[in-house]
Amino acid sequence: MNMIMQIPVPKDISLPLPLPGGVLMGILIFSFLLHILFINLMLGSTILTFWFQLKGLKDSDYDVLAREIAATITVNKSMGVVLGVAPLLSINVLYTIYFYSANAMTGYAWISIVPWVALAFLLLYLHKYTWDRFAGNRSFHIAILSLPMLSFLVIPFIFLTNINLMLFPERWNEVHGFLSALALPNVFPRYFHFLAASLALTGLFLFIYFGRKTYTPAHAFNRLQQADLQQMMLNLTLGATGSQLIFGPLLFLTLPSKGVSWSLFFVIVGGVVFALAALVLMWRMQVSGNMAINRRFMLIVASLTVTVGFMGTGRHIYRENALRTHKELMAARTKTHQEAAKKAHENLPLPKETQELLSTINPGQELFQSHCAVCHAAATRLVGPPMTEASAIYAANPEALKKWIKAPGRKRPDYPQMTGFPQLTDQQLTDLSAYVLGNKWN
Amino acid sequence: MDFPIFHLDFMGNRMLVAVIAILHVVINHGLAVGFIPLVTWLEYKGFVINERRHADGHAWDELARKLMFIGFIITTTVGALTGVGIWFAASLANPASIGSLVRVFYFAWFTEWIVFMLEVVFIMIYFLTWKKSVTSAHSKLRHIRFGLALSIFSWLTMAIIVAILGFMMDPGNWLSKHTLLQGFANPIYLPQLIFRTPVAMMIAGTFILMATLYILKKDSPIKREAVKTVSAWIMRWTPIAAVGAFIYYWQIPRMMIGNLPVAIATQQFQDWYNSLLWVGVFAIAVGFIVSGSGFFFPTRLPRPLMVIPVVVSVLFLGTFERIREFIRKPYVIGNYMYANGLLADDYPLYQQNGLLSESTWSGICTITPENELQAGENVFAISCTRCHTTHGINSIVWNFERMYGAGQPLNPDAMKAYIKQMHNVRTYMPPFPGNDAELDALVAYIIFEQKEPTTLEGAQLRGPSLFGNLDRKVTN
Ligand code: HEC
Ligand code: HEC
Repeated sequence: MNMIMQIPVPKDISLPLPLPGGVLMGILIFSFLLHILFINLMLGSTILTFWFQLKGLKDSDYDVLAREIAATITVNKSMGVVLGVAPLLSINVLYTIYFYSANAMTGYAWISIVPWVALAFLLLYLHKYTWDRFAGNRSFHIAILSLPMLSFLVIPFIFLTNINLMLFPERWNEVHGFLSALALPNVFPRYFHFLAASLALTGLFLFIYFGRKTYTPAHAFNRLQQADLQQMMLNLTLGATGSQLIFGPLLFLTLPSKGVSWSLFFVIVGGVVFALAALVLMWRMQVSGNMAINRRFMLIVASLTVTVGFMGTGRHIYRENALRTHKELMAARTKTHQEAAKKAHENLPLPKETQELLSTINPGQELFQSHCAVCHAAATRLVGPPMTEASAIYAANPEALKKWIKAPGRKRPDYPQMTGFPQLTDQQLTDLSAYVLGNKWN
Repeated sequence: MDFPIFHLDFMGNRMLVAVIAILHVVINHGLAVGFIPLVTWLEYKGFVINERRHADGHAWDELARKLMFIGFIITTTVGALTGVGIWFAASLANPASIGSLVRVFYFAWFTEWIVFMLEVVFIMIYFLTWKKSVTSAHSKLRHIRFGLALSIFSWLTMAIIVAILGFMMDPGNWLSKHTLLQGFANPIYLPQLIFRTPVAMMIAGTFILMATLYILKKDSPIKREAVKTVSAWIMRWTPIAAVGAFIYYWQIPRMMIGNLPVAIATQQFQDWYNSLLWVGVFAIAVGFIVSGSGFFFPTRLPRPLMVIPVVVSVLFLGTFERIREFIRKPYVIGNYMYANGLLADDYPLYQQNGLLSESTWSGICTITPENELQAGENVFAISCTRCHTTHGINSIVWNFERMYGAGQPLNPDAMKAYIKQMHNVRTYMPPFPGNDAELDALVAYIIFEQKEPTTLEGAQLRGPSLFGNLDRKVTN
């Protein structure tokens, strides 16, 4: 018993998967990366907007820059949310037990995401559409933005905690609410890795956004040139990607060892190699000062895309490794359970015996026992009036009794309403009323 | 049983799902399905007027844009989040059944997601390209065409989602009729659509009427005409909504008899059904009065009073929407899984070996006088909490007191007899899944709860294990 209390092994959902597991995993990895890309852009752009608006207090060009960046958030945040449904569906199918268990254990935090994100989005709009109105009161305007920004900085913890918690069923018994789940190892390194990725991707995205040939700022800059903007964004990507050289190993080294394997190691190293290549290319671009979106730049984008692909796959490999043993235990438990359930069916009385047993009893009596006796006794008040009283009312009128049983009215003020039985067939009603009226109550 | 049990001991889990779902429907109908066609219509009027009177045409266009701004803000925030939120809430409330349904309906939900995503994308495009569209007549016309296409698309989205819902309300058929098209053949499908379409238009009309009065200044030259136009819109859709509501009202019991005989049995259903007529008549009357006064006295509508039609029409939709609450059945998947998340096939095992010893999170194998209350609580948590609370909404104590008299001490023998037969008497409840010792424990627990109300905390607070909440002995 104590063993079970330590490593709980639930039974799995016993319906088949709607698609082969491999296909679902492909859908999961791909749709998740797409979703998280937009979430990264949403978070990164919000932080940048905030940062540049602060700088804008001294130099109005930065306020203009903040405004340009803020304009991109609207679309990215909406895409981030709606694109989240596909990976949510897929993870629900693939890891039903693990994911839903984690959700339940962090339930309040988990459901709070819905109103919280909605509110953060509303504040974000408020900020975006009051740029001119609060021209004279920038600090207040920035304060509005700080709320959605802080929300976007905190809410990822809820997701990460869930995704992390689902990997460690052996520790579920230590969890009492969201905060204790947050304290499990690895949530924080994951968080910083994610944060740095958000800034890196946002830099890359804005580099392209500002570097488009057709780009014209909606509000004029005094001093900053297109190339300056690009330079800043390239710096950001460079710095943030570089910082992953710290956060990445930190994350890898703090991963609980149960899911670490050589294949994981090689996939991660593969990703790192491409990231290093991208870093070198970005560094050279930075030194050369040529900000054109050309083939060399596309090579950077391509390398980083490959890195992200590797990391997304690595994440999945870790998850599969970490859960392998538990999944096997769960499959075994599900199997023994199904066999036990089958045996239990064999222990049931055979239908033939039941039939014989039934035929010895009057069908009306049988129905009365299962449907009416819980509320009606022969001569005493139970939930309903005693049958001596009730049957007398319909002594000569079985049809009215049938009608009452089907859809009872409301008669005695000191009794509750009787339940109706519209599900009974006419034959059953006839048997029942024959029994009620024919039986000697008392 | 296999999942840690999330539980809201006051509002109940179903209420959480219902609140999010109804909010989503109101936003979807009132601020997308019915909203976009009217906004497009106003934009089109601006375009036509623009040729004769430029300034007025521009004012119309601005009005339409500002209205769309409101629709855009709300649909992409609260609308989108409640859409996702239905998932979050439903899988907290009943993970075993959603976990099974998601395997059965993966493609249906994937389809639903794709139309949902496209709708959000199109709404963004429509609103965010508005300012650019005023540069030339050509681009304005293109923008209006896009609005028209979007109107049709959001209506189709609704039509598809209603079908998916219809299909899922009857999941008993998923094995035999393994196609989504079945959803369109559901007897309630057409009545629902005939009801929802005009009601969406009507609700959106009342939203827009109120917003228009706030957006346009008192001396705006187009105010008179704009209020008249919106009122005429409401006036046209109100009688159609009345017919739709009546068809729906008339069809519900027929559908329920065919499909879900049990719902009819509840007193609540009868009360609800009787109130439908009154709510319907009231909402239609308000619709006529408001649109009539808007049409004939467009300059005299008092702004603050315009919340009334908004509230009434939301109530109208919400009341009809409640039917989903009545689609209660003992099974979530016909003959396969009960609404408490337990498999029908596992029942004999549980009834022979005991529910608790088979459950993942209870840890109680044999019931002793020492752990009886605790065991009873665990049995309650596993087999009743998906629908009942201890003392909140649909409270178990209240339900028993209603039968045996409020404030009276409950009689354990009568309760046991009832619970053993509860699936016969109240057909929407699944049969009791445990053995006799567990039934005794459950009854002891409920009686204890009557005497000493104690909150039952869910896994979100106490952790997954059902162990150690009530280690008191029954004292009597
Ligand atoms: C949930 C408890 C409950 C169940 C189950 C139940 N009854 Fe009743 N019954 C009542 C109550 C309470 C009344 C009193 C209702 C009133 O007077 O408003 C009642 C009243 C009656 C009456 C008297 C009607 C009259 O005209 O005064 C009859 C007859 C009756 N029940 C028959 C049945 C039969 C037959 C069944 C089984 C099919 C049944 N009942 C099941 C609670 C129940
Ligand atoms: C599928 C959901 C569901 C489950 C599971 C469920 N119930 Fe109910 N129960 C209901 C609903 C709905 C009502 C009706 C409440 C009303 O009419 O207001 C109800 C009513 C009751 C009543 C009052 C019945 C009457 O005749 O007035 C009792 C007693 C009751 N439930 C006990 C239980 C017990 C004990 C369990 C667990 C073993 C349980 N229920 C499990 C949904 C459920």
